[in-house]
Parts: sequence; C-alpha cells; structure tokens
Amino acid sequence: MSQDSADLVSFRVARRVETGERARSHFADRIFSGLLLGSAWIILIVVCGLLAVLVKASWPALTTIGFKAATLAWSPSDDRYGVLSFAFGTVVTSIIALALAGPMGIAVALFLSELAPKRLAGPVSMLVELLAAVPSVVYGLWGLFVLAPVMRTVVQPALGKWLGFLPLFQGPPLGIGMLTGGVLLSIMILPTVAAIARDVFAAVPIEQREGMLALGSTRWEMLTKAVLPYARQGVIGALVLALGRAMGEAMAVVMVIGNTPAVSASLFRPAYTMASVLANEFTEATGQTYVAMLIEIGLLLFGMSIVVNVIARALVWSVSPKGTRAV
Amino acid sequence: MKQELRTDRLSAFYGAHCAIRDITMTFRPKSITALIGPSGCGKSTLLRCLNRMHEVIANTTVKGQVMLDGSNVYDSGIDTTSLRRRVGMVFQRPNPFPTMSISDNVLAGVRLAGDVSDRSTLAEIAERSLRRAALWDEVKDILNRPGTSLSGGQQQRLCIARALAIEPEVLLMDEPASSLDPISTMKIEDLMREIKTDFTIIIVTHNMQQAARVSDFTGFMLAGEAAPGELIEFDESSKIFTTPQDKRTEDYITGRFG
Ligand SMILES: Nc1ncnc2c1ncn2[C@@H]1O[C@H](COP(=O)(O)OP(=O)(O)OP(=O)(O)O)[C@@H](O)[C@H]1O
Ligand SMILES: [Mg+2]
Repeated sequence: MSQDSADLVSFRVARRVETGERARSHFADRIFSGLLLGSAWIILIVVCGLLAVLVKASWPALTTIGFKAATLAWSPSDDRYGVLSFAFGTVVTSIIALALAGPMGIAVALFLSELAPKRLAGPVSMLVELLAAVPSVVYGLWGLFVLAPVMRTVVQPALGKWLGFLPLFQGPPLGIGMLTGGVLLSIMILPTVAAIARDVFAAVPIEQREGMLALGSTRWEMLTKAVLPYARQGVIGALVLALGRAMGEAMAVVMVIGNTPAVSASLFRPAYTMASVLANEFTEATGQTYVAMLIEIGLLLFGMSIVVNVIARALVWSVSPKGTRAV
Repeated sequence: MKQELRTDRLSAFYGAHCAIRDITMTFRPKSITALIGPSGCGKSTLLRCLNRMHEVIANTTVKGQVMLDGSNVYDSGIDTTSLRRRVGMVFQRPNPFPTMSISDNVLAGVRLAGDVSDRSTLAEIAERSLRRAALWDEVKDILNRPGTSLSGGQQQRLCIARALAIEPEVLLMDEPASSLDPISTMKIEDLMREIKTDFTIIIVTHNMQQAARVSDFTGFMLAGEAAPGELIEFDESSKIFTTPQDKRTEDYITGRFG
C-alpha cells in the first residue's frame, strides 16, 4: 500500500470514528432532552389529573348547588352551601400574612446577605431555615397558647385604642380571629420569604454593587437602587411562594381563627378559611353533597392559587424592562 | 497644579497579603496614564485604592497616602461618596443597571447626588454624556430601552457615559476594552483621546499597543514570586515604549516576559 492510500484509509477511519462519536453524543443528547420533556409532561399530567379528580369528586356539588355556592351562608344541615365567607377568610388572612411577612422577610434577607457579620449570618440563616421546617400543627398550638393571649391582652387593645377609628380594628379583643390567623400565618411564611430572598440577594453580581458604589452611593443607596431592583423578580417569586403557602395552610389556622363562617369588617372577628374548613369538616361530613361541596372548595382554592400565580407572572412581566423579559 | 492626583508610598493589603507596596507616582492632570504589567501585579488594586473602592472588599487595608488636590483621600474627614463622585470608575465588564433605561443609566449618578431634578437639565446632561462617550447617535432614538439591550461595546460606552455624567475630575478605567471587539475598542480609545481635555484618565490595560497608542504616560508594575507589586518604571509613554530604562520593563514590553 502506498503512503497516499494509507493516508486515505486512516483519514476514512478517522472520519468514521468521528461521525460515530458524533452520532453517539447525538443519541445521548436525545435521551437527555427526552427525559426532560418527559418530566415536563409528567408535571402537566399530574396537574391535569389532579384537576380531573377534583372536578369529578365535586361534580355532585357543582351540578346541584351550582352558582348558589357563591353565597355567604354555610349550613350543611339546611343544605346551604355558600363558600364566600371561606374565600373571604382565606383572602384576608393571606393578605395580612403577606403584608407583615413580605417587608419583614425582605428586611431579614437584606440583613443576612448584606449587613450581618459572617459570624452572625451563618447561625441566623440556619435558624430561619429551621423555622421553615417546623410542622404547622406546632405553629397552631403555639398560636393558640401563646399568640392568641398576647393578641387579646396586648396587641388588640392597643390597636383598638390607637387605630380604633378604622372599622378594621373595632370590636371586642377576642384573641381568636382573622388578625391572629394572619399574624400566625405571617410568622409561618416569614422563613420562606427570608430564605429565598436572601439567596436572591446573594446572587446579585458584585459588579452591580460596585457600579453603584463607584457612582458615589452610600451602602443604603446601593441596596435600594442596585441590589433590590436587580433582584426584584426573584423577590416577587419568593412572595408568591409564601402567599401560596399562606393560602393553603389549614392546621395552624384552624386553631386560631375561630372557625366561624362569617364576613366582617373587623379583623378581630372570628372567621374561617377554605383550607381550614376542609381540614376541619371533611372527616365529619355526611351526605354526598356535603362531601362534594368540600371538595369543590378545594377546587376553588386550587383555582385561586393559579390566579395568584398568573397575576404574579404578569407583575414580573410588567416590572422587567422591555427587551429583557424572561418569559 | 490643579486637580493633581498622586500617591505617596501607597501599600494595599488583602488581609495579611500585601498586594502592592510603596507606590509613589503622580498622575498628570488632563492626560492619560496607562498602568501595565503582568497579571496579578496589582494594577487593579492600585486603581481601586485611588477612589477607595479597595475598602469595599472585606478585610482590606491601605497604608500611605493618595493626595487629590493637596488633601489625603484617606483622611478621616473625607466622605467616600463625594470622593467617588470626583474620581469615577469604569469596570472591566460592562455593568449597566438592567432595570434602568439607557437614559436612567446615564443619570444614575446624577440622581444619587440629587442636586439636579429639572427634567430638561437632566436630558441635557444625558445627551452631553452620551455624546462624549460616542454613543449618542446610536441610542438617541431608544433612550427608554433598557441599558442591557445594547451590545457589549455599547454597554461599555454607556458605562463611560454614566461615569462622565457626574463630571468627575479623574476617570479610572480597569481594562475597559478587554471584553470588546477591535472596533468597539477603537471607539473607546478615540473617545478617551477626546475627553482627556476635560478629565484625568488612568487606564489599566494588558494591551501594550493600546497603552502606546492612547497614553501620555505609562507605569510598569511588577510583582515577585511572593513579593508585592511595585512600580518599576514610570515615564512618558514614548520613552517607556522606545527606550525603557529598566531591563525588566524592556523584557516585558518586548514580550520576553510572563
Ligand atoms: N479580592 C481579593 N482577595 C484577596 N486577594 C486579592 C483579591 N484581589 C486581588 N488579590 C490579590 O492581589 C494581588 C494583585 O491583584 P490585582 O487584581 O490587583 O492584579 P492585576 O494586576 O489587576 O491583575 P490582572 O491583570 O490579572 O487583572 C494578586 O496577588 C491577587 O491575588
Ligand atoms: Mg486587574
């Protein structure tokens, strides 16, 4: 064999090896993207399956009660299944929770990621994460035995005294009710906000911070004008996640909200939430419609969290400048 | 001389590690001084000491003096925010603020200072700064688009405009063109020559041709194995690049080194 043809052969071999390798990596790529696509589908299927089961199980209620569910009165023994008071309770307690835990959580996160000395930030971060892992029943018991008395004897009288001109803070301080429920929820979701927001702040590039400092900003201005804006999408994400947890929380709320299907302007009054009525009444529900109605409440709660997520997505969209929108 | 900037036996430390030692040099006003030297010799550290950005990093210390107009910037009475407005900085990687529009980016420093709030004045400042940074023609119709929607080279000129908008006396540039293509690099070099009539410019660069092209003075720095970076030679660029006095400078600029 001449040198030329030998070269040609080795060239061909080399080429074959190369294409073979490329084909193999192609194959691996395909398996990988197939796996990813598969997981994405599984999530979609689970969500749809969940929806289907909820609709099926609540079908008796959906057909017999229908739009009469959009009323206030809840009295299963009289066949009255209005769910608005539960929706009201869920919305009000969640708003209170977010209004308190949002700013607090962001402040804690800023403190941990920006201001606290390393020696302090480590242990405190761990504590915050630990708080997120406490079971909700434990929060509920703490709420009942510690928080409720404090609310009754200290917080609510004070609020009544100083802000009593607002309908929100009128009426007798019962210690049990929407305000206590919201405050308890805020304590429960605080770690979620703080832990996620801390990671989001820590991920803001050093160039952004130094860019602002080099323009002659104070540390505070650097935080508010460079770090917070850069991180705002992630912070909104943290708040939505926390809101989702607040809306879905049942056990802790059951213990402090008073479990009374009522709508009132005063936050001191007892109320009921969708998740807690489900947790509380499901085991004792008798009759097909009653059970189906409770499941319908679950379905509505599911729908509400979807709406909240959509709104949050829209919010993220509207705050991200044009041209840099990430879906 | 007015607006004179000089260092006097300046040393800087990261923890116990000494990065630069006993640097004494004078930066001529309204001219361009280049700092060159192998990686790790402390060019960035020296630059960041000049506007006290060095102390932003934890556990850092500085010894010696940086004199600006006759007063030591490390004196206890000096306010870093006003110092940094007088000594602006452009970073190696373009860092526009992504949530701000192009014009808001340019005006970020002006708004921090808070002494101008009149809309038309702000618009004038934005235009003047963008013109100086040779970016105006490219962005004048898209001032409301986010700063991050520009190309890398445009973003870097945006950052230069942002630094110029607060009318600093000194402009520090740490490898401002190292992440850019040759055309963007040329634009930045051109604009440096344009603006040196108004500002004192100090530029760190790894590109010897760039240093020779744009700078009036050049300082060559070098660090030993475990020794801190020192200023080996400092002279007019024409001399440094043609008749260096120190053997090490010659080795470095002829490429026989590191
Ligand atoms: N954040 C830091 N922490 C600790 N040491 C650092 C830090 N930044 C720089 N150093 C050290 O200081 C010395 C000088 O670094 P510097 O970044 O000033 O060099 P440089 O000349 O700018 O290098 P390059 O050309 O690669 O940018 C190096 O020994 C480096 O290891
Ligand atoms: Mg450097």
